[in-house]
Amino acid sequence: MIETIASVGLPVGEVLEIKKNRVQPDSGSNKNGKRISIVTGIHGDELEGQYVCYELIRRINEQRDKLTGIVDIYPAMNPLGIDSITRGIPAFDLDMNRLFPGNEDGDMTEYLAAKIINDVEGSDVVIDIHASNIYLTEIPQIRINELHKEWLVPMAEKTNIDFIWVHGASTVLESTFAYSLNSRNTPTLVVEMGVGMRITKEYGNQLVDGIFNLMREMGIWQGQTISPRKPVISDNPDDVVYLNASKSGVFVPKVKHWEKLKKGECIGNIINPLEGSVLDEIISPIDGILFTIREYPIVSEGSLIGRLLREEVVR
Amino acid sequence: MQKKVIYEIKSLYRDDFQVMGYEFGSGENSVCIVGNTRGNEIQQIYVCSQLVKRLKAMEEEGKISEGHKILVIPSINPYSVNIQKRFWTTDNTDINRMFPGYHLGETTQRIAAGVFEEIKDYRYGMQFTSFYMPGKFTPHVRMMKTGFEDIELAKKFGMPYIILRNTRPYDTTTLNYNWQIWETNAFSIYTTSTNSIDTASEKMAIRSVLTFMNKEGIVEYQGHDGYISSVVDDRDMISVRTKMSGIFEEIVGVGDEVEKGQPLANIINPYEGEIVETLEAPADSIVFFAHDEPITYANTAVYKLIVKKA
Ligand SMILES: [Zn+2]
Repeated sequence: MIETIASVGLPVGEVLEIKKNRVQPDSGSNKNGKRISIVTGIHGDELEGQYVCYELIRRINEQRDKLTGIVDIYPAMNPLGIDSITRGIPAFDLDMNRLFPGNEDGDMTEYLAAKIINDVEGSDVVIDIHASNIYLTEIPQIRINELHKEWLVPMAEKTNIDFIWVHGASTVLESTFAYSLNSRNTPTLVVEMGVGMRITKEYGNQLVDGIFNLMREMGIWQGQTISPRKPVISDNPDDVVYLNASKSGVFVPKVKHWEKLKKGECIGNIINPLEGSVLDEIISPIDGILFTIREYPIVSEGSLIGRLLREEVVR
Repeated sequence: MQKKVIYEIKSLYRDDFQVMGYEFGSGENSVCIVGNTRGNEIQQIYVCSQLVKRLKAMEEEGKISEGHKILVIPSINPYSVNIQKRFWTTDNTDINRMFPGYHLGETTQRIAAGVFEEIKDYRYGMQFTSFYMPGKFTPHVRMMKTGFEDIELAKKFGMPYIILRNTRPYDTTTLNYNWQIWETNAFSIYTTSTNSIDTASEKMAIRSVLTFMNKEGIVEYQGHDGYISSVVDDRDMISVRTKMSGIFEEIVGVGDEVEKGQPLANIINPYEGEIVETLEAPADSIVFFAHDEPITYANTAVYKLIVKKA
């Protein structure tokens, strides 16, 4: 059943609507009362979640009788952004993921944020699917604020992702969708996978398998599920090494994503096409695995090229 | 006057990214004045340029006091101005959300770190900045209630208003906040406009900054003292919000005095021309902030009013 959870009139002949699809058992009797919410599209240029929403509904519909709880699907939290290839909310130039919990009496963006929180709050699990950005490709991972670690890591382990990254608390992150819900006791897992503006079906299928597994554990799915892969878990900031460009130029990678690297191995070059020269070689400073890699070739001094996880953590 | 490069990044195809600073006088780091951090803050650059011109003349006339150094940085972000984009050219990040910065981090973190390194040890820090919503302001000094704010000091600018506001989560990454953490007395100064030149408030800003520096013994300046500032808590201002989206037809503008019930603006149906909403003043007040775009969204605070005391 498709419902509109928030709507606002735009200046010229258009209404902005945020919609969800509530998928529930055909007969109300077999409900266990639990609800999972799948949310995506807070960042308008992150599209990996689009396929996940579609595929999840498609598979449920194939075996509708196996569903014993509510699945709420919110594919487009920022519809204007998705439509216009804009990460933030167009016109306002605001990152929607810095507006939560919002304010019903505030401006349009705050109002929308408040309506969204209102509707999603109370879910037994929320999965907020992001797709990195247009610059970096990420291995399927869940990021968890250290404040909510004990509570969320066991849930994240059921979702068939490759990596769980427990990061430090920061005041800036208090205005995210996930933080707002977690602080209201609605457990919310933030998935980062793939890259902006693209769909990586392989990752999408991997996560959908994981969502079914989690639903089964929650008792809202009675069908067959995979047994999830065991993720690498990191909760120590020293586990992760950042590689930033030392020169402005064009990055050309030499290695593949999620590849094990030896210290001293070349990850790629920053080249100067005008001169036909190599400006810098990016060398792995450790033995480790590359879980983030630069996708967008143009780099400025400081641009992130990749993130490595130390070999010891992976083993 | 000494011109120097505060921070620099080489680019692949563009001219080098350079943050330029202008130093006046010598001695202790007394005052640092910063213009734009965002690409649409043109008035903020303009005010600084006029200040540079003025200080250069004053220095030649020996009116900068012995032992004091003044640094003016008209633009922390010329790259975004030159392509007319509000935030950073490539990744759309906001330099004024990157302080104190990080030397090994992403590009805008490095810019923030490189600039902050040069400006963090000044006694007074002044930043010409802008609001996140499009509109015009009555000129004012804005301060965050961090516990470090010194209202008596802010009164020395002689601006019409001093606005106090509570801190929000993102404030910890602004220049103003970090200056305060590093024990600089920091002030955000708002003139009337952002993406257009407003000479009246530019002149007021120059006078205010010079008056402040005169009272602190940093320069010699005889202007008139300006206003006795009214101190207003941001929460005590009345926001007048639209209920409808549409064409915004302004009736009163920034600085106007209005009576209770007086119409402020109309919202017009963009197809049929009918007035769908008339915004009215809820009390006798002064227009402190006024929206200045031709369209408006619903729920937008298009006016902020300061209520007149009875
Ligand atoms: Zn995102």
